Parts: sequence; C-alpha cells; structure tokens
Amino acid sequence: MLRFLLQRLLAIIPVLMVVAVVVFLILRLTPGDPAAVIAGNSATNDEIERIREQLGLTKPLLVQFGIWVGNLLQGDFGYSYYLNKPVTQLMMQRIEPTLSLAVGTITIAIFVAIPLGTIAAWRMGGWLDRLLSMFSVAGFSVPIFVVGYCLIWLFAIKLNWFPVQGYKRIAEGFVPWIMQLILPWITLSTIYVALIARVTRASVSEALTEDYIRTARAKGIRESAVLLRHALANAAVPVATMVGIGVALLIGGVVVTETVYAIPGLGSLTVDAVLNRDFPVIQGLVLLFSVSYVLINLLVDVSYLFLDPRIRY
Amino acid sequence: MKRRNILSTALTAAALAVAMLSPIAAHAQAKTLKVIPHANLTVLDPVWTTAFITRNHGYMIYDTLFGTDLQGVVKPQMVDKWSVSKDNLLWTFTLRDGLEFHDGKAVTSEDAVASLKRWGSRDSFGGALMRSIDTWATPDAKTFTIKLKTPFGVMLDALGKPSSNVPFIMPARIAATPGTEQIKEHIGSGPYKFNPADFKPGERVIYTKNDKYKPRTEAPNGTTGGKVVKVDRVEWVIIRDAQTQYNALIAGEVDIVEQPAFEQYASLKTQKDIEIFDMSPAGTQFIFRFNHMHPPFNNVKIRQAAMVALGQEAHLKTQVGTPGLFKFCKSMYPCGTPFASDNTGIYTGTADPKKAAAMLKEAGYDGTPVVLMRPTDLAAIAKLPLVAKQQLEAAGFKVDMPQMDWATLVARRAKKDAPAAGGWNAFMTAWTAGDILNPITMAMMNATGDKGWFGWQDDPQIEALKVKFIAAANDAEKKKVAEEIQLRAMETATHVHLGQYNNPAAHRKSVTGLMGAGAQVYWNVTKN
Repeated sequence: MLRFLLQRLLAIIPVLMVVAVVVFLILRLTPGDPAAVIAGNSATNDEIERIREQLGLTKPLLVQFGIWVGNLLQGDFGYSYYLNKPVTQLMMQRIEPTLSLAVGTITIAIFVAIPLGTIAAWRMGGWLDRLLSMFSVAGFSVPIFVVGYCLIWLFAIKLNWFPVQGYKRIAEGFVPWIMQLILPWITLSTIYVALIARVTRASVSEALTEDYIRTARAKGIRESAVLLRHALANAAVPVATMVGIGVALLIGGVVVTETVYAIPGLGSLTVDAVLNRDFPVIQGLVLLFSVSYVLINLLVDVSYLFLDPRIRY
Repeated sequence: MKRRNILSTALTAAALAVAMLSPIAAHAQAKTLKVIPHANLTVLDPVWTTAFITRNHGYMIYDTLFGTDLQGVVKPQMVDKWSVSKDNLLWTFTLRDGLEFHDGKAVTSEDAVASLKRWGSRDSFGGALMRSIDTWATPDAKTFTIKLKTPFGVMLDALGKPSSNVPFIMPARIAATPGTEQIKEHIGSGPYKFNPADFKPGERVIYTKNDKYKPRTEAPNGTTGGKVVKVDRVEWVIIRDAQTQYNALIAGEVDIVEQPAFEQYASLKTQKDIEIFDMSPAGTQFIFRFNHMHPPFNNVKIRQAAMVALGQEAHLKTQVGTPGLFKFCKSMYPCGTPFASDNTGIYTGTADPKKAAAMLKEAGYDGTPVVLMRPTDLAAIAKLPLVAKQQLEAAGFKVDMPQMDWATLVARRAKKDAPAAGGWNAFMTAWTAGDILNPITMAMMNATGDKGWFGWQDDPQIEALKVKFIAAANDAEKKKVAEEIQLRAMETATHVHLGQYNNPAAHRKSVTGLMGAGAQVYWNVTKN
C-alpha cells in the first residue's frame, strides 16, 4: 500500500513535467500577445515592443522556459503581467471561494444523489424512478448558467432569501458564508446529482439481481440492510469512480458558476488570465489543476481499498 | 405561517444576527457607495496604461492641474493662477494653497513637474508638449515655469486632458519611476484614498474619503470645479456578467452599474427603483481603421470608396439598437465638442454603394480580399464588422472576416505583415469622446508612418497641420486648423467614423448627484 502511494505520488513529477511543457508551448504558439493587451488601444508598435522586452517575451522560447522552470523549482510561480503580484499570492487569495464551492457542491451531490439513486433502483419502474430519470435528463441538458439565473430570479430577486452575487469569506462568519453559497451550490450540484444518481441507480439495480441479495433476503435480513449493507456496498466502486470524475469535471462548472454568481475564485481568475493572455497566471493555474486531478484520482484509487476488500495494490 | 415564510424569516434573522456581530457591520453603517465599474481594475498606474478603468481609478485618488468641463473648456483645478508671456514662450503656474498628498506631505511644484515629465514620457499629447519645452523651473514650492522652444498654443488643453493618459499629479519620488515601469505606491492628493491592502483584483476595490481634501469652491462640471465627497467610501464591485450586474442592481446589492448591456435599458427603465444617467454625455464613437501599408487600402482611392460604402445608420442600429442612445455625427471630432465640424469633404456618413462601386472601378480594384478582423468576445463592438462586411460587399469589395478574441486582434493589428501572411487590412473599435477631442489626441490622426498608430498612415501634410494646430494662438485659429486637419484626414481617408453612441449608467434612486464628466467620477454623489 505504502509502495503504491509512493509510486503514485512520484508519478506526479513526470505528469507535471509534461503539463508544464505543453501549457508553456500552447500559450506561446497560440495567437495573442499580452504586451499588446497591456499597451491599450492607443499604443504604437514601439510601445508594445518595449513592454514585450520588459516581460521577457523577446527572449528565445527555450530561455523563457528555462527561467520559468528554474523559478518553479524554487517555488516561484512568477508574477502576473497585469496585477504585478506573485501568482502564488493570487492563487492563495482565490482558492478559498473555489474550494468552498467545490467541496459544498460535491457534498450535496453525494448526499442527495446516492440515496436517490439507491431508492430509484430499489423501486425500479416506480414513480420515484421515473422522476429521477426525468430529473437526470433535465440535469444533463439544462446548462448550469440557466439553472443559476432561474434560481437567482426566484430565490434572490423574487423571494429575497439569498444574495444575488458575491462571496463572503468563512472568517467573516459561518452563516453569511453559507447564505452566499447556497444558490451556487445548488446550481453546480444539479448536474452532479443527475450524474451520480444515474450511476448509483444502475450499479445498485445490477447488484440487486445478484445471488447474494436473494440469499440475504431469504435469511430474513431487513430490506434496508439488504439495500445498504449488501447492494450499495457492492455497487460503491463505480459510484466512487463517478464521484472522482465528477470532482475532476467540477473545474469547468466552477468557471461558469463563479461567473454567474460573481464569486472571486480560481475559475474567474482563469477566465481573466486567458482573456488577457496573462501567461504566468495561466501556467500556475494549469499546474495547480493538474496536481488536483492527479491527487483526486489517487484518492479514488485508495478509496477502492476500503470499498472493495478484494482489491489489493 | 407557511413553511417557506418560516424558512425565510429564520434565514433572515440568522443573517441579521450574524451581520450585527460581524466586524463588517461598521462599514454598513458608513455611507458606502457600491459601484459595478465597466471593467476589472488590474493596472493601478494611470500613466503606464491607457485603460479607461485605470483612468477612472486615477480620478478617484489623484488630482489634476487643470480639468475640462462638459463644454470642453479647460479650467484650473490644482492650479490657482497661471500666466503666459507675450511671446507665448514662458508659462508660469502657481498651485492652490492647502494641497496635500494622502501621506500628509504638501503638494509642491517639484511634484507637479516630476509628474508632468513622467506623463509626457508616455502620452502622445504630453510627448508633443515635451518636445516643445526648453526648460522647467521651480522658483518656489508653489510655482513652476515652463519655457518653450516654440509656442504651444494647446498648453492648457494638454494639462487639462480629460482622458487617457490624464496628467495626474503624484509625489515626485513616485513620479521619478520611469514611465516604462509601473509605480509601486499609490498616493495622490485626490478626493479619495486608496489602500493597496484592501485591493482584491477581480473582486473589490475600496476607496475611502480623503477628509483633508480641499475642494474648489466652483460648482462641479466635467472634471473641473469642486470635488466634494459626500459618501464615506466607494466600493467597486467587480462583476463581469451583464445579467448578474443587472440582478445585483435590482436586488439593491449595488447602487450603480456603470455600463449596462444595451439590451437591458428597456427593462431597466421599467424598474421603479432604478434611474438611467449618462456619466459620459459626449459619448463614444465607432471607427473603421484602414491598414495603409498593404493592398487594397494602400490605395487612397480605394480607401475613399470604402469611406463612401460605409454608412453610420446601419452600424449604430445593429450594434446599439436602443433608440435615443445613438446619433449620426458627420464630424470626425465628436459632435457637441469644440472642434466638431460638418465640413467633411467627400464624407457624408450615409452609405452609397452605387457611388462606392463606381469609385472602386475607377480606382482599379483588382478583387484583393479585405481582411477585416472581428473580435467575438467584445460585445460592445462585435456586431460592427458584420455590418461593415455587408456594406463593403454591396459596393463590390471582397471581404474575409476572420473571427478572434480581442487579445488575438490586438496582437494581430500590431503586425505589419501582408494580410495573407498573418497581417490585416481593417479592424473596428470605439473611442470615448475625451480621447478624440482634437487632432493631437486622436490616434487615427497620427500620420507618422510605421512609428504611428496601427494602420501606419504616412502623411507629412497631416503632421505639418498638427504642428500648426499646436502653435495656434487662440481658439478660433485652433478650430480653423482642426477643420483643415479633418478635411485632410477625409481626403486621405485616415479612417471612417461610424457614429456616436451613449452607454449611460443605471443607478438606484437612492443615489443622487451623479456627474457627467466624460470619465466615471464619484464626487458630488449622495446616497440616501
């Protein structure tokens, strides 16, 4: 187990190396020049060139890459071209809103979707199952921003229960933090509830057809125990995989949700950085997201050990 | 009580309880004006960039020697009195009493000179002034003189320049930073103070009232007059999404949206708590810029044909749409400003495809495609190229319209390569009136060839006329020369202007005293 963990953690290094090279090259080879954006509408070519020199963009690509990697190895992600602030500082400022959004979303998704999917499988063909199918289709089909705007219209503008936008740090108080995040959590969790509930339903319904379920029922075990201890426990591996995929996919949803609710998180930082071609910020964020993906995958793999005793690494 | 009412009450009570216990409650009691600015503030140095949002930030924390009122008249601001010698070569300026920077130090003539020098190293108008200066002197802490090599008739226009780059005054030690580098301290003597520790880029910018600011006694008008602060603090809340901006305003979470989306005005006007107010009444102008370097627009006759092919009305109706927010303006200088003139030569502002087709034929157009770049992510101008393409094609032009984001467009427009090799023939953009008030600040009238503005027109005659404009002794002469330059610009088809529009702010009725100043400024504003 320890060896497995060590191997997987060491595997992060080559992954990050590949990501670093790819993101660096993609940014330099795609059209767009941060110096031209910074210079503004009334700039001249000389002014743009002067800014390019200041930013180090006139140096050969290999030299630029060497400088960036050299700094990275010392824990320095560089400075934002626009904000004149260290990339690490910017990411640290934005990480709390995004983490709050992501953790809350996935928690809601798990606690709503798994019971929903399990019950739907148990009562397959019943009204709850049909309702879940309808909800799943809607959850997949309706874009996140539409869900967001509808929730804002109803709960923030008409009923005035929650704020329309913004974020309050947890240090400013737990209740304001929750009030600010309830609508974004519901918005973003819709698609994950749909996704995880469907997979749970399929896995549990398959498990319910197994011989050991029939045996358990024949032994007179309570239906709830059959469902939870036997069916759901055996269906947990695909569900855990789906939760892991869901967490990884959250990044995209976070960008949209942060925009709709004006949450100053990593998603909006990414959008700004891409639109302005703020290379150091984009590079730092992509590396951060890559590490997150790898760690989430690792966590999912480790969870298999606990969910299915037959699995050994 | 219904269940949802119970929930609502419980949540509201909990929120209130927490709010009362929260340290931020103190801010709630202070009068805070919450504004959604038109853009995200990223760069804090108003000399280093021409971004309007940074200009507006500058107006919050810095003051200027002169300001420009809504009628385009330059008036003193930090300056108490000034004089010019009979030969128009020696200017003397004396600062007002009681001017103080936010760090408690008095504003001196040394600060003014250092700030002007730094501004002149970046700004085109400032650059023209610097080239005319022989020597600077600071005979005492409140007086400075400028000795010129040649008369500079637009001295006050330069020092009172209302839009980017504005000659803001900062402490000399900060102004000593080369114009090519961003300043690291943000200390002004303006009506609001800025604490960098409170600055959260992409989230919030906070300004607090400068209690020591001594406003002028005159009524505020444009960027002139008394800058009286009537709120304790101003918060710029950064919200990118237009619909979320609208929702936040309706819900009362913010007080002002600086630039709502055009399609929202109809709905905003129906809201009982909301009013519309134009903070930039002189408006903004759409333009079509030619690349003078490459075929087909290196041929003046073909540029003129394009000028005749393009009409204002379709562009304005398509891009802005809302009646009352756009207007036809024949003049290159914005209508309603001092140098506006209807003497525009061949330009009528109305599309005439038949005449354009005849001109195109006469010019010997060989069907070379026009590469017209379209920025898809900039909603304020994204529809313009669609109209231009249609109008040019109606006159017989072949048009290629590559679509790209604005960051790609600004990088590509800096390329001098042939269009087929990654260059371009035309792009469209918009300029606020403050940037195009006269031929010196109007980027399109920079006709210095490959050292000039994108499109790189080379026309010594325009440049010579600009020198004449700078040296003009009085307003009548300035206006005459400005008109001559306009005619020359029309004759050589520097660019095509495509009408004016306004993008007024939406604010809650609890806010009064908003100013029309060209830039978005927040002095004189009261919140009830």
